[in-house]
Amino acid sequence: MRVHLKIKRFNPEKDAAPYWGEYDVEVEPTDRALDALHQVKWFQDGSFNLRRSCAHGVCGSDAMRLNGRNRLACKVLMQDLVPDGGTLTVEPLLGMRVIKDLIVDMEPFFKHYESVMPFFVNDTPLPENGRERLQSPEARERYDEGTKCILCAACTTSCPSFWANGEYIGPAAIVQAHRFIFDDRDQAAEERLEILNEQMGVWRCRTAFNCTNACPRDIPVTQLIGEVKKALATGRLD
Amino acid sequence: MTQHHHFDAVIVGAGGAGLMAALHASQGGANIAVISKLYPTRSHTGAAQGGIAAALGNMEPDSWENHMYDTVKGGDYLVDQDAAEFLAKDAIDAIIELEHMGLPFDRTPEGKIEQRRFGGHTAPDPNDPEKRIPVMRSCKAADRTGHMILQTLYQNCIKQKVNFFSEFFVVDVLVRDNVCRGVVALEIATSELHLFHSKAVMMASGGFGKMFQVSSNAHSLTGDPVVAAYRRGLPLEDMEFFQFHPTGIYKMGILLSEASRGEGAVFINDNGERFMERYMPTLKDLAPRDICSRCIYLEVRDGRGINGKDYVYMDYRPETINRLKSGPGDKPVTREHLEKALPDVLELVRVYMGLDPMAQPVPIQPTAHYAMGGIATDVDARVLADNNTAVMGLYAAGECACVSVHGANRLGTNSLVDLVVFGRRGGKHMADFCSNAEIAPLWPSPEKDTLAEFDRIRAAGVNGKERAATLRNELQKLMTDKVGVFRTERDMAWALADIKALKARYANVKVDDTGKIFNTDVLETYELGCLLDLAEVTAAAALNRTESRGGHAREDYPDRDDINWLNHSMCYSTGSKTGPGLLESAWRFDKKPVSITKYQPKERKY
Repeated sequence: MRVHLKIKRFNPEKDAAPYWGEYDVEVEPTDRALDALHQVKWFQDGSFNLRRSCAHGVCGSDAMRLNGRNRLACKVLMQDLVPDGGTLTVEPLLGMRVIKDLIVDMEPFFKHYESVMPFFVNDTPLPENGRERLQSPEARERYDEGTKCILCAACTTSCPSFWANGEYIGPAAIVQAHRFIFDDRDQAAEERLEILNEQMGVWRCRTAFNCTNACPRDIPVTQLIGEVKKALATGRLD
Repeated sequence: MTQHHHFDAVIVGAGGAGLMAALHASQGGANIAVISKLYPTRSHTGAAQGGIAAALGNMEPDSWENHMYDTVKGGDYLVDQDAAEFLAKDAIDAIIELEHMGLPFDRTPEGKIEQRRFGGHTAPDPNDPEKRIPVMRSCKAADRTGHMILQTLYQNCIKQKVNFFSEFFVVDVLVRDNVCRGVVALEIATSELHLFHSKAVMMASGGFGKMFQVSSNAHSLTGDPVVAAYRRGLPLEDMEFFQFHPTGIYKMGILLSEASRGEGAVFINDNGERFMERYMPTLKDLAPRDICSRCIYLEVRDGRGINGKDYVYMDYRPETINRLKSGPGDKPVTREHLEKALPDVLELVRVYMGLDPMAQPVPIQPTAHYAMGGIATDVDARVLADNNTAVMGLYAAGECACVSVHGANRLGTNSLVDLVVFGRRGGKHMADFCSNAEIAPLWPSPEKDTLAEFDRIRAAGVNGKERAATLRNELQKLMTDKVGVFRTERDMAWALADIKALKARYANVKVDDTGKIFNTDVLETYELGCLLDLAEVTAAAALNRTESRGGHAREDYPDRDDINWLNHSMCYSTGSKTGPGLLESAWRFDKKPVSITKYQPKERKY
């Protein structure tokens, strides 16, 4: 199929402002959006830039706006985005500083992530038999959703509260905190909840559900944020 | 202006091996930096699906000896058995350590780490000790085990305040007089060069499977640090052994985990036959990967590919699994169980093939997956300059290294074991080394060669004729067609001649981007140069080994030849040293004896 790509381009070394780059590509209907973008980069304009690595939806490098919606370019097929002869609009993630073309500054995103203590804390003695700590399948299931997160930033950059204030730690960081708060082996839930209770924490969420719609891993992000809010409101983790 | 940094140790790559080494080296007191051309959580360890083997015996009796034996036999007896013993023993400690770091393994009803079957992992049959049957040894978190390992290690690195240099591209490793002194890296955001002066360096950059057309590897897996080591005169070991995983999504190469067959999925040909029964009557669909890939090729060659084409089916449907009794244990397999055990794999089928694997069989074909060969190391991950001498301060671990625990063919789940076991061993050794060693002096302007090469790429690019992608596509097609599952002298000689011709054309590659900020046009060109060099060594090593063993199947030498070839091949560059892709096509092969401690080579049957 023949598709017209309208890509938001910006090179700070050359351009005073972003502009729309227009390209026509021939693709298979079952090609990924990433394949179409590679057609441009590899055969039309090598200066066009994007991040990508695994190309099958697990590394989280190529989150971007496709036809106005946050997607991983490697996890959506052209036939599901645009009809033959149609136009696909491609833009960098919103709410982040654009470095070049589709490449945005990820540092603030990772700073927010690091701020929620996204690591396991348990200072009690290890089992004397030298083996694993035990955890029931039910307790393991309790925090399963959050473990799927690949830190692609699709959720955070779809959030109206984040667009309004970039200091808001955003859904991805809350999902990561949730993963540890509800892990019954972990002991730092209270500290994390205190962090999330601050001004730029979980209460900035207005339950818009954009994050849930944007997540390429189908994590029920809004629900997890709700569970954190409930834990703060009730003082209980159930 | 080149920026200078000083650390005790620098780790190149932020996947499982690099992060495990970072944790252990920094716990050992070393001031370290991890340099990665991606953000750490983008590393391809995160794509590993099925599991990580360790003889925990949580489901049924098992032992590290079983694991070691399977590893040795799986590698067609080219495995160094001293290293395989460390692999199988240390795996148990390493997995427990990962759990203590918070890794969310699946659990048994008693709360222990849950395990499942995987290809080539066996234990003696209680009813017939001469016979070996599949054993549940693969520790897992659904089918996203690698993702959980990568996340957990990165989380713990944050906890330990490890220094990261993300999106820095390592282009040279500074080895002279058998002493490592640091690395040169390019900051991708600015194109500035950085000189990391250190006592120790660990290379943990992963594989280089992007030299093949149908490949499960990430775009970033181009082996740049491996080429840097090769250009510095260090040997590459067993490069002829490349694993083709039997179950890539047809045409795309995206991997569908071997856990699929661990849960009961089977191969089916055009006649509707479960053909693995015919080839490997005991393990059947759970035979090791090299064997399954060859069987698929043979089925296709004999006209039993689906509709006569170059693929077969993998059938996940519970009714098929239950009719053939191919599932684990005695209980029937349900759709609900499969959806829970293999969520990501089933989603990959739905997203990329648009079909429901619970209702239809899935078209698959072998996909280039894993390099058994790489930078030669000892059991402490120290890089070897020849068969016996370690380079002072230089380490390598994970897929870029060759210990060799995988020999001629790696078993499923043993890559993740390799990462954590040898990343850990190397990290500890590096910490000890750094606490005693003095930093070796650098020679003047060690970044000079790198600067010259990037200047050359940019200058040639202005008037360049061909695009890097055109050459890369040709290389990938050539490697898949001529240096794939089955090999002949004629095909490989052809491949070598074609690679040489591609290298000549590489000198004139067109570059559109003349800027400094995020210039991936220049970097992709550089990466292509690395792939050309590694493809050439792979083809040359495959031509050199005149036998068939594990993942290396020569149609003109169909038998294993223990008299002449029960040894590793060591490839040294002998050409004049210029940038990647321009390296003179000249090399020399040496042999290195295999360490055989417990298991004498036998015929490999399953």
